[in-house]
Amino acid sequence: MLAEYFPILVFAGLAVGVGTFLIVAGRLLGPHRPDSEKNSAYECGFEAFEDARMKFDVRYYLVAILFILFDLEIAFLFPWAISLGVIGAVGFWAMMLFLLLLLVGFIYEWRKGALQWE
Amino acid sequence: MPELQGILFYLFAALLLAAGAGVVTMRNPVHCALLLVVAFVAAAVLWLLLGAEFLAIVLVLVYVGAVMVLFLFVVMMLDINFDRLREGFWNYLPVGLVVAAGLGVQMYLVANSGLFDLQAHPNPKSYAAGESNTAELGRILYTDYLLAFEAAAVILLVAIVAAIVLTLRRRKENKSIDPAVQVAVDPAQRVRVLQIEAVKPVESAAGEDAGKPGKQSDGEGGS
Amino acid sequence: MVDAATATLAGWFEPLLGAYASWLAILMVTVAQIVALVLPLLITMALLTYAERRVIGAIQLRIGPNRVGPQGLFQPIADVLKLLLKEIIVPADASRLLFYVAPVISLFAALIAWAVIPFSPGVVLADVNAGLLFVLAATSLGVYGVIIAGWASNSKYALLGCMRSAAQIVSYEIAMGFALVTVLMVSGSLNLSDIVEGQRGTSFLSWYFVPLLPMFLVYFISGVAETNRSPFDVAEGESEIVAGFHVEYSGIAFAVFFVAEYVNMILIAALTATMFLGGWLPPFDFAPFTWLPGIFWLFFKIAFILFVFLWFRATFPRYRYDQIMRLGWKVFIPLTIVWLVIVGLWQLSPLWLWGK
Repeated sequence: MLAEYFPILVFAGLAVGVGTFLIVAGRLLGPHRPDSEKNSAYECGFEAFEDARMKFDVRYYLVAILFILFDLEIAFLFPWAISLGVIGAVGFWAMMLFLLLLLVGFIYEWRKGALQWE
Repeated sequence: MPELQGILFYLFAALLLAAGAGVVTMRNPVHCALLLVVAFVAAAVLWLLLGAEFLAIVLVLVYVGAVMVLFLFVVMMLDINFDRLREGFWNYLPVGLVVAAGLGVQMYLVANSGLFDLQAHPNPKSYAAGESNTAELGRILYTDYLLAFEAAAVILLVAIVAAIVLTLRRRKENKSIDPAVQVAVDPAQRVRVLQIEAVKPVESAAGEDAGKPGKQSDGEGGS
Repeated sequence: MVDAATATLAGWFEPLLGAYASWLAILMVTVAQIVALVLPLLITMALLTYAERRVIGAIQLRIGPNRVGPQGLFQPIADVLKLLLKEIIVPADASRLLFYVAPVISLFAALIAWAVIPFSPGVVLADVNAGLLFVLAATSLGVYGVIIAGWASNSKYALLGCMRSAAQIVSYEIAMGFALVTVLMVSGSLNLSDIVEGQRGTSFLSWYFVPLLPMFLVYFISGVAETNRSPFDVAEGESEIVAGFHVEYSGIAFAVFFVAEYVNMILIAALTATMFLGGWLPPFDFAPFTWLPGIFWLFFKIAFILFVFLWFRATFPRYRYDQIMRLGWKVFIPLTIVWLVIVGLWQLSPLWLWGK
């Protein structure tokens, strides 16, 4: 296991290194002359009049929750798909029941208009 | 590479502990959430060192890729005044210490109960190269643990319904458009092409003019 | 060859380091392999930016860059040098550390999945069992660069762009995940090399895009949406929110996001080629086609898919945001679930032709 993943670990370190190197190089090579007008947040020429971290539509939150649920479903589907040849018809129909239950949830979602972006 | 395995374990265990400590001590909640991401990744590496390939990757996929995205959305969206949350820290401190002590005792009892003994849990058998952890899991999950698997589906269903019931609000000033209705529009119902007669010379009979205003207003209404 | 090189290096270091020689040798060979992977990748990325401007120029009857070097071929190098010499402006209210970390995370997420892509038989950096799962997990990290960049900038356009972009990326990830599951059902293995070998046959008709045609299209279109490419680029819709999550970035920090986006494009193209278009396999498994080494066939396929990316951008107008979400949730997810059930039933029936 470790022998297989060792190159990935090294790669992860180098990938971070490449990005860091570029940023540091840019910081060293480029000029650095801050002034208050230049460093203010871009707002099409207007003065930024309040902190940008504002409240957001709760819909984004709903999308994220539904994403977690479907992601879990995918996590369940992976071992099923790979062992489909071994577990045979029983395993297949077990997953169909699983999908059916989630389909009920999906249809509920759809009918409630939770998938409708306004 | 057994030595390397040990070095990596201590490295990532230390990272996990440091990130965990950061999660509860940092002031800015976004920084806390990001440190929690680091903690999850470190935990995934530890699981990988134990040979739990599937679980380690699913930890990253589900917790880092999905759950923490939700956390970040919430933390970024809720415009909470965090200085106010810190008020009364000293008043609540005794209660907090009692709860912490209780938790500590419980954890000590559980850890010493023998359930986590190395004798009770010998090392898992090591996988031969090419043998898939995921396939092994699939082989038992959908046959031997069928009931638990279907129960998971029911829990997910309840979670979907609950998420929608709790968060779905219709906004009044909703101006959304249904694409199906848009596509189904029949041009004949929207536009009426009128053939309006050219203005006639002034000499025309007065009797003919009487009928015209009706026609013209009709045309305006349709355009 | 890799083993031989490792052994030779270990022999050289033996007198100096003793028992640690083999470790150092393994590390050095691994680093060499990574450099051999990343360097051509970054060159391809640079050429892709040039190709994009030339191809779209040609489609729109313009010329495109043609001044720097022969036919403008050195344009990307000039761009990189220019961006390196520009100031990185950090907005006054930004979280400084996260502002610098965000592009690094973006690039990290774009690069790390390359570790498991096989280029020809045996030529892969890390031949892990759970390759497909690793790819899915690695691509799901890309959203962090976007979220952190948008939040750290503390600018309204950046935050709006990052929320839009993050919601869009996660929506399409589900469709992508389901599409991967169908690939897995057909291949029966999570290992990407095995997936390519499973597509071996007499002609291109044995590639997985035949039984999984809808999934092939869903995966590719989701890939376009996932990389925030036109026509799904509302995250940086210039006319609405200026440049989205990276509006506050300048100089090389901006360039790193740019590199990450293009590396992601190449990654999606490589994955599509590997999983649906037979990877390194030639289109016909007989004489004139098998003369060319497999890696060239993979490159041709990647190049073609990248061309389609550019073609899309030159052809389609930008989607509206509610239409994007509708396509992801109401069209792709039901379609993938239905096709998953169809493939399952098909495999249970005697009509299945792709072996098991």
